[in-house]
Amino acid sequence: MNVVVKQLTGLRDWVDDRFPLLQLWNDHMGRYYAPKNFNFWYYFGALSIVVLAIQIVTGIWLTMNYKPDAELAFASVEYIMRDVEWGWLIRYMHSTGASAFFIVVYLHMFRALLYGSYQKPRELLWVLGMFTYLALMAEAFLGYLLPWGQMSFWGAQVIISLFGAIPFIGDTLSLWIRGDFVVSDITLNRFFSLHVIAVPLAIVGLVFLHIIALHEVGSNNPDGVEIKKKKGEDGIPLDGIPFHPYYTVKDSVGVIVFLIFFAGVVFFAPEFGGWFLEANNFVPANSLVTPEHIVPVWYFTPFYAILRAVPDKLIGVLLMGAATNILFLLPWLDRSPVKSIRYRGPIFKTALTLFVISFVSLGYLGTQNPTVLMTWMARGFSVIYFGFFILMPFYSKMDSTKPVPDRVTD
Amino acid sequence: MRRIIYFLLVTLWSCNAVSAGGHGVALEAANVDLANKTSLQRGAGLFVNYCVSCHSASFMRYNRIADDLNLSEEAVQTNLMFTTDKIGDVMKVAMRPADAEVWFGVAPPDLSVIARSRGADWLYNFLLGFYFDESKPTGVNNRIFKDTAMPHVLWELQGLKRPVISHGEESSGHGAVAEVTQFETVIPGKLDEGEYKQAVRDIVGFLVYVGEPAKLVRYRIGFWVITFLLVLLVPAYLMKREYWKDVH
Repeated sequence: MNVVVKQLTGLRDWVDDRFPLLQLWNDHMGRYYAPKNFNFWYYFGALSIVVLAIQIVTGIWLTMNYKPDAELAFASVEYIMRDVEWGWLIRYMHSTGASAFFIVVYLHMFRALLYGSYQKPRELLWVLGMFTYLALMAEAFLGYLLPWGQMSFWGAQVIISLFGAIPFIGDTLSLWIRGDFVVSDITLNRFFSLHVIAVPLAIVGLVFLHIIALHEVGSNNPDGVEIKKKKGEDGIPLDGIPFHPYYTVKDSVGVIVFLIFFAGVVFFAPEFGGWFLEANNFVPANSLVTPEHIVPVWYFTPFYAILRAVPDKLIGVLLMGAATNILFLLPWLDRSPVKSIRYRGPIFKTALTLFVISFVSLGYLGTQNPTVLMTWMARGFSVIYFGFFILMPFYSKMDSTKPVPDRVTD
Repeated sequence: MRRIIYFLLVTLWSCNAVSAGGHGVALEAANVDLANKTSLQRGAGLFVNYCVSCHSASFMRYNRIADDLNLSEEAVQTNLMFTTDKIGDVMKVAMRPADAEVWFGVAPPDLSVIARSRGADWLYNFLLGFYFDESKPTGVNNRIFKDTAMPHVLWELQGLKRPVISHGEESSGHGAVAEVTQFETVIPGKLDEGEYKQAVRDIVGFLVYVGEPAKLVRYRIGFWVITFLLVLLVPAYLMKREYWKDVH
């Protein structure tokens, strides 16, 4: 036993003389000091990494049997579901993983809204996270074409045609994206390439930068207190604890609980009542038959509802783009002297509540047939959605605040 | 003014009628039971006898059916397959799509994943919903899929029925399908109503299985995966509590 330990230590030192192994470990795990008061909302960062890993691993295995060919794609997915050993499990993990990714990322972003985690000095951390979110949306959109069902085909057709609303270059642009006059085999091939190589590479790179930026400025916490301001004689923040082992063991519990829910969906409700896998996508893509309802998957529907709420196509497209991109500006829109919702006043709390209600409602309305009433509701909620951001410089400044303690409270 | 109100009322009413025609027909629950292997076996028999002459299930292999439905490969070969087919073959159809389009106007769809796109209840009600309609080339129409090109293949089992239009109105327009609720038997079939419903349930159950063969195993595997995770949660939680003792 002793010999083995000795040899392993020797190997570690051999590597460490040639590569900053211990330094990396200490900077990011062993001596990265995180606030000790993380709560429920702080699981979702780690869970995003877990889902990313699930998507990459299952994606590699799906690619072994998937055929990016308009003639073969639909059948190859069914081949995976039937003839590939455990193929159905790999496929369901990947399709459930797509929705799970958005659930954990939306909750992760909501955490930042709750505790002001985008405020100085974490602006760049937030911006890098936003780029990751945009890349994730692109990844999901590209991947949704690959099963080559009716919803895959017509969803892509509708979204790509939106670019046609841009004046002058619109038609050329959508033609350039598709590589054809309609969504076709060529489109499928390039979407496959982007989905399995380009965008995942970007996501992994952005996540890396996101974590480096986080560890540079340090984690925020539910009190919005900078723990680095109160250090002990040893230079360690008084309210900080090393990420490893404290948060590795804590996050392990969170990961297991997450996997229980994840397995619940994968094994017992992989379609999730049509929200994760749509019934119409079990019909092979057919350019001659337009489905009655073309609806994107749930994670895009808030933005889809905003698009449909606007009578003018170009303005609708612009507002839909603005709805995601306005989040980039959040660090500079928020003028509040405090970070955490715990010490904010009633105006911000009301505004955030209204924002959540409007986001969820828009998400629901985006899945429904646009009746007159529903369209007007979508307009109302769109106004609230944008109002939350545009009015933020004013209400966040005039809102009352409570005194922020020097140290974290729990 | 009165004309406007009248117009609005008519518009509202016709909107209702349209929605009734599209989604308003209440679907009777199919209540298929995938655990009932004899039902699935009967469904496989009916499917091969009545459906496979026109519809393929081109993602489904015969030997997979043998494995999953507790049948021997010999039994499948003698009862469910043409002699020229091999046991590892998929359920193909002899008819060429081009011919089918000439004969039916539309090529019969592949049924591999039809239960996933249409749903079990829809298929069940569709197969129950044929009625006599002499205006159609097939002689039948369908309660929930109006003007379907499919003939009533199972008519010798169900017999033929005719709609009773109680309002004394000739049915027309969008609302027509929804109004047909009462039927009277014109030609009795080999099976009574209960037996026919069970036969259709067997076919639909088989189609649900064909739509996703993994469904037969995934609930069981899922139960064990979640059990394992719940067990794993205990030491993980205890370890967390042990480490965090000195924090709080």
